Formats: sequence, C-alpha cells, structure tokens
Amino acid sequence: MNGLVLLIRRDLKLAYRGGTDAAMAVVFFILAATLFPFGVGPDPDILPRIGGGVIWVVALLAAMLSLERMFSADYEDGSLEQFVLSPLPMVLVALAKIIAHWLTTGVLLLVAAPVLAVFYNLPGSAFVPLIVSMLLGTPTLSLIGAIGAALTLGARRSGVLISLLVLPLYIPVLIFGALVVDGALAGREFGGLLMVLGGFLLLALAAAPWATAAALRQAIE
Amino acid sequence: MLHRFANPNRFSRLAATMLPWVATGTVILFVVGLYFALFASPADYQQGESVRIMYVHVPAAWVALACYTFIALMSGVSLIWKHPLADIAARSAAPLGAGFTVIVLATGSLWGKPTWGTWWVWDARLTSVLVLLFLYLGHISLTHAFDNPARGAKAAAILALVGFVNIPIIKFSVDWWNTLHQPASLTRLDGPAIDPSMLTPLLLMGVAFSLYFVTMLLVRMRADLAASKARALRLRAAE
Amino acid sequence: MQGLTVKGLDCVRGDRLVFAGVALAVNPGRALLLSGPNGSGKSSLLRIVAGLLPPAAGTLAWEGEDIAADAEAHRRRIAYIGHADPVKPGLTVCENLEFWARLYGLDPEIEPALYQFGIEQLADLPARYLSAGQRRRLTLARLAVGQNSPWRPPLWLLDEPATGLDPGAVAMLANSILAHLANEGVAVIASHGGRLDDALSGHADRLGLPDAAP
Repeated sequence: MNGLVLLIRRDLKLAYRGGTDAAMAVVFFILAATLFPFGVGPDPDILPRIGGGVIWVVALLAAMLSLERMFSADYEDGSLEQFVLSPLPMVLVALAKIIAHWLTTGVLLLVAAPVLAVFYNLPGSAFVPLIVSMLLGTPTLSLIGAIGAALTLGARRSGVLISLLVLPLYIPVLIFGALVVDGALAGREFGGLLMVLGGFLLLALAAAPWATAAALRQAIE
Repeated sequence: MLHRFANPNRFSRLAATMLPWVATGTVILFVVGLYFALFASPADYQQGESVRIMYVHVPAAWVALACYTFIALMSGVSLIWKHPLADIAARSAAPLGAGFTVIVLATGSLWGKPTWGTWWVWDARLTSVLVLLFLYLGHISLTHAFDNPARGAKAAAILALVGFVNIPIIKFSVDWWNTLHQPASLTRLDGPAIDPSMLTPLLLMGVAFSLYFVTMLLVRMRADLAASKARALRLRAAE
Repeated sequence: MQGLTVKGLDCVRGDRLVFAGVALAVNPGRALLLSGPNGSGKSSLLRIVAGLLPPAAGTLAWEGEDIAADAEAHRRRIAYIGHADPVKPGLTVCENLEFWARLYGLDPEIEPALYQFGIEQLADLPARYLSAGQRRRLTLARLAVGQNSPWRPPLWLLDEPATGLDPGAVAMLANSILAHLANEGVAVIASHGGRLDDALSGHADRLGLPDAAP
C-alpha cells in the first residue's frame, strides 16, 4: 500500500511540476467544446439539447489525448523495468498510474465541466447530474485508457493506435453519460442510468488493472 | 529450436491433407445453399424478395461472432500456454473476421433500406457490430505495430480478451433493448421461430460460410508458417 | 559456496535464436564479466537472470534453488541497472534516489550513496539540469543505498554500467562493486572492456558470448 501511495505522489509531483503539460487536456476540453456553437450555430434552443452529449464527447477526447504519455516516459527511461523488479505488484503499479492519471485529467475535467455547462446554456437542474455522471464515468475512461496505453507502448504511430483501441470501448460510457444529462433536462428519472455508469466503473476496476499489468509486463520483455 | 517448430510442422501436414476436403465441401454447400436460398425458398409475405439477403447476412454474422470468439480462445491459449500456433491462428483469423463483419454491416444496410426505410439506425445491435469491426481493426493494427512480431502477438491477445465483453453485448442487444432489429429467431427456448422452408437454406448457408472460414483460415495459417520458415532459411543462408 | 548457477540457457527473440546452451556459475564474492559483440545477447542474458525475460530453455538457480520457484523472493535479491537511466527530470537528485529507495523498501538514508558517487552537491538540483554522466551516476547511486543495512540485494546485474562515465566515476563504481563483492555479494556485468574490467580483474571471471548463433 505504501508503494501505491508513493507512486501516485511521485506522478502528481511530476504533473504539478510539468505544469502546462497537465493543463493541456483541460485547455483542449474547453477549446474543442467552444467549436460546436460555431459549427451548429449559437441557437439557445439547440445548444442545451446537444450540450450534454458534446461535453461528454469532448471529455472523452481530452481524456484520450493524455493517454499516450501515461506510461511512455516510464517505458523509455527504464523506470518500468524497475517497477517490474520492485516489491510492488504490477497490478498496484498499474492502479497507481491509473489513479494518478484520473487525478491529473479526470478531476480537472470535472472542475471545468460547469464552465462548459454555462456556455451551453444548460439549466441549473442539469449541472449536478452532469457532474455526478462525469464523476462516475471519467475514472472508467482512465481505467480503459490505461489498457490501450500499455498495449501500444513502443508501437509505431502509437497515438493513432490508442484511439483505435480505446474509443470503441469508450462508447458505452459516452452513451450512458450523455443519457443522464438528457434525462435530467427532460425531467426523467436518471438514477438507474447512474447505476449503470457505476456498474461500468466497477467492471473496469475489476478488469483493467490486471489487463494493464499484463500489457506492461509484456511491453518490457 | 526444434521444439518450437515441431508442432507447427505437424499442423502444416494436417492442414495440407484437410484443405482439399474442406474446400470441396465449401463449394458444394455454397452451390446447394445458394440454390435453396435464391430459388427453392419462398419470398417473405411482408418483405418480398429482399428477405433473401438474410441468407448472406445472418450466416456472415454467425461467423463474424464465432471468429472473434475463436480469436479470444486462441489468445487465452497463447497467453497461458504460450503455444506459437495459437498466435498464428489468431492473427490469421482477424482479417477474415473483419471481412465477415463488413459483409454483415453492408448486407444489413442493404436489407434495412427496403424494410426499415433507412440504410442505418443507431440502435444497440448495429452499434455493437460496428464496435466489433473496430475491435477487429484494432487487433490487426496492433499485431503489426511492433518491430518484434512476438510483442504484437501478445498485445493483440490481451486486446482480444478485453474486447470479448462486446460479444455477449452483440448477442443479447436485441433482447435487452427495444430496437428495430428483429430478435433472434433460431436460438430460442421454444424452438426456432422460422419456417422450415427458410430454415433449410439458412442452415445450409451457415455451414457453407463456416467451411469457407475454416478453408481460408487453414490457407492463411499455412502461408504464415511458410513465410516465417522462408524468413528463417534466408537469415540462416546469410550467415 | 554457491551463488548463481545457470545451465543450458537458450534465448529466442522473435524468430532469432540469440544464444543457446549458455552455462555459468558465479560464487559469492565474485563478479562475472560478460563480453561479446553487439547482438550476442549480453543484455538478454542479464534480463533473463533478472526475470524480465522468460528463457526459451534452461535452468537458473540461486544458492542451489530454482529461481522460477519463487519469483518474488528472486525479485528481492537483485539490483538491476539497465541501459536507460530511470531518472525523472522533474524531480531533484535527492527525490529521484529517495523514490527508488522507498519503492524497494531500502533504507531511505541516501546521503552516503550520493557521496559515494560524488553527486552530493547536486542533491537539491532538479535532474533535468544533469549531464548524461551525472544522470548515470545518479542511477548507479541506487546500488549504494542501504549498503550498511542488514538487508541488501546480494545479486547485482549491471548492463554496461560504465557507459558515459568519466574515469573518476568509473573508479567510484569499481569501489562500490568491490565493496559489494567483499560483502559476499555476486555481480554479473555486461562490459565493453576498459577501466572497469581492469579494476575488477582480480575478483572477476570472464564469459565471452559468441556472435549470434547460426
């Protein structure tokens, strides 16, 4: 357990000192979302209707952008080999990296989401469902993304490859995340949808660290 | 070195003896199946002649799903027992599966236009089959993305196992969600909900597609083995 | 009197047989210097002994016990230094070393290790300002962490550790290795010859790996 916390703290320290690198995902998140009103027109009726979906799609892409750097620095400088040889089990190494990734991207997206909700004229009643759905959904994105990031270590054109591997697996989270916001807007019951998102999170939590650990181990062979 | 190629050699010989038989079987079944599908079965009272698309669409879907299951199985074998043949089987099957998935999507689209009035709907079955296509493409790209082919094989095997969650979603999507797509007609507890005059050609085509898959798989695996043997010989000759 | 024993080791990379039938034995207090041309499998051999790479065939034993029997115990007895320097530019020299010491459960008292490799004055400097040679020293300093603690990895696996080091630093490295050997430690070192080999010559055996087997 100590090793887990140690590794998370190291990654957070690196992300904090790296400064702009970590902020890029959020900047992309906001920038990409501001493109849509120009594309579909700033009609105040349309924007709230597409708002939930757009915010979720852009969050997906922003989370994916930062995946390539998740393990590559540790892979290139030999840290990954040392992790394999350390007393910390690889599953916990994977979990620590995933938690650190979520804390440095997912959480920042959560913080930025209300700004976008304002941009899209989302009514106040949709704010909390949006945040809660992202709170349940973004960790799943980090978990699934870690598998893709680990599988493509050392691959040619790994950036494009990650999106091909990860985006299809992100679809369920996107569907239910956007449905929550839609449901809140239409005044429908959305508790069940949140449960589904929570179920995805549990499923990913049960499988992703192991798959990631296996992928990391074969990456350094 | 020998122990690594002993089994593949035996497989190669076995495949060589099997190939003419399965190939002939494929041709015969396709001829008979297509005859039944196109001439000896009735048109649907609602859908008319377009129902005949089913005899390509449904068998292709079966094989596309079975192929992914096969790849996932081989991936498990490869990761647990590290059998080199399993990797070769998985990477030989993936492009075939992708091909069948394209056939499923294309014929489904052609069938959807006259019956539903649209080429494409975003329902659970269609979306999950589209995801299947992406998984196949991801598997193929990952296999070839590394300079060391062994790494590509292992990475692809892990992906295949992770992506397997999609298979039950495809299978049951028509039962779990209300969609335009009709529910399964064959694998129901109370027996097939399809007339024997249509069931015969459907099953014939199903077997024909499966045999075609087996034939192509054997051909591709033999080609893969031959290529790596040729590579090894060339490397040895250069020394 | 048994340290590391290796018998009938084969290594296959892709379709290529890198080496076959490698056998070696290193007693406590001795070092083994691996030599051979590029591609002969020096790195692969070290990685196999470290447990990073599965061998195609062969047995490895420590103190007469099969290494594969308890992979975790084996992990705890090795210190492996590869080609790359696992040094984070964003952390200071001190933080870098402390991280690895803590992750490995070693004594986080790192000051002596910094002195041993002559980088004590850089301790609070972010590692991004280090030269390649200084980064290498920082990597190697991990070997010296916890030298005096009762629990220390007895098996050192060093892959061309002297690359990029100036003569002074090579002498520091040689001293660390000699101290390790004097403590009944075992070291397997891939080398390109040079000063390090000379400094260790009285305590080391040699194994030449042939050019890639046909």
